Amino acid sequence: MDSTQTFHVFNRGPSPAARLVFFSVLSLLLMFVDARFRYLESTRSALSVLVSPVQRLATMPNVLWLQGKEFLVKQNSLLEDNKALQHQHGLDAVQLVQQQSLLLENQQLRNLLGLQQRSRVTGQFAEIVYAERDIFRRKVLINKGSSAHIQAGQVVMDERGIVGQITRVYPWLSEVTLITEKDHAVPVQVQRSGLRSIAFGAGDTSRLSLRYMPVSTDIQKGDLLVTSGIDGIYPPGIPVATVEKIERDAAYPFAQIVCLPVGGVDKHRHLLVLSDMPALPERPEAEPVVKKLKKNKAGVH
Amino acid sequence: MTYRDQAKPEILRPVSNAFIFASVFVALLLNSLPWNGLWLMLHPDFVAVVMLYWCTHKPQRFGVGLSWVVGILADVSDASLFGQHALSYTVLAFGGVVLSRRIRMFDLREQTTQVFVILLLTYLVYALVHWQVNGQVAWTYLLGALTSTLLWIPTSRLFQSVRQTFVERE
Repeated sequence: MDSTQTFHVFNRGPSPAARLVFFSVLSLLLMFVDARFRYLESTRSALSVLVSPVQRLATMPNVLWLQGKEFLVKQNSLLEDNKALQHQHGLDAVQLVQQQSLLLENQQLRNLLGLQQRSRVTGQFAEIVYAERDIFRRKVLINKGSSAHIQAGQVVMDERGIVGQITRVYPWLSEVTLITEKDHAVPVQVQRSGLRSIAFGAGDTSRLSLRYMPVSTDIQKGDLLVTSGIDGIYPPGIPVATVEKIERDAAYPFAQIVCLPVGGVDKHRHLLVLSDMPALPERPEAEPVVKKLKKNKAGVH
Repeated sequence: MTYRDQAKPEILRPVSNAFIFASVFVALLLNSLPWNGLWLMLHPDFVAVVMLYWCTHKPQRFGVGLSWVVGILADVSDASLFGQHALSYTVLAFGGVVLSRRIRMFDLREQTTQVFVILLLTYLVYALVHWQVNGQVAWTYLLGALTSTLLWIPTSRLFQSVRQTFVERE
């Protein structure tokens, strides 16, 4: 079949086996460096400029289909939507007025008590362009990147609750790790009782779990978990999940608590990226012993 | 070389580099379509099938090195670990290049069983790395090897018919 091409008898370069070994070792090395040290982020973002047009092109039919559907929507349903939204707006307006006065009152009380003010959190809208196609992981890519001043660590939510956190930023895209990702942790508080805990992603599609809660703990089915805000990353008081199932087995030291996320973790296309988190005061230094040792070492050298 | 399922002898035009790269590009595009839910579990790895075709049919043109480069691009587009796809595609290309003469001896249906082994190995390498890094094995991931194998006959037919139409036109 290859007789039409130049006939290489001798010089064909290294054998396939040699190439296999070379490129395998190279891949393993890259994986090791990427997993342990994260040196390659700049290379990755440079290469993403090459790849992102392909991704855009691949999501184009879907986007066009959605836009076409929006364009061909019926007058009737538009009117209905409008009516429903105005109704909702009226209801919300009442609550907003109440909330304003509560906010003022809260501010005054906090002033009186000398507590730190809660700062308002702002955000910017972004759209999901691309869902992760690796079935092991729960991640999405959104259409705002470092060109829109997005930074790793920012919190992403929809209109109902926390959706995830930004973990990697490209020039025009950024990667959001969903809260259902395995071992992703969110510090939470039970709204009813004020109990603090940490919600971990369960790794399967749409569940969270509370770990290390004693069997006798005060949690009921249906309790709302909100962010506690003590980590300095998640702003306080945003809904995260509701408690779905509690198994209290006396044979185990901890209760098994399964929760469902409140936000549409894998439903919506539009998300809100929060910014301007209040800076926490610096953590007091914990181990003076270690410091002394370091000083000694510095003295020796 | 005997092709038992083809009546007329196979006369194929030499493939242009542009055609090879266009096919790999389209495969990358198909791979990055927004697959979801069950389809995400079952979707074939188009890039692997297309590269295996070129590795078996043009081993001098498309080999281990180019597959590795495509693997790196796939890693970036997937946001997977740098080198994870590259390693599995290297194994794929090695299998294709070493077995290229042997695979081309058989007709398409018989090729499928051999292609399945190579693809399964590729998927296993990927899953193995994932297991080492994340400590979790998802067996459903290996279903993709099966659907990719089913794609072998259509892909080969398509490429061969494209290459033949060029000959007939002249």
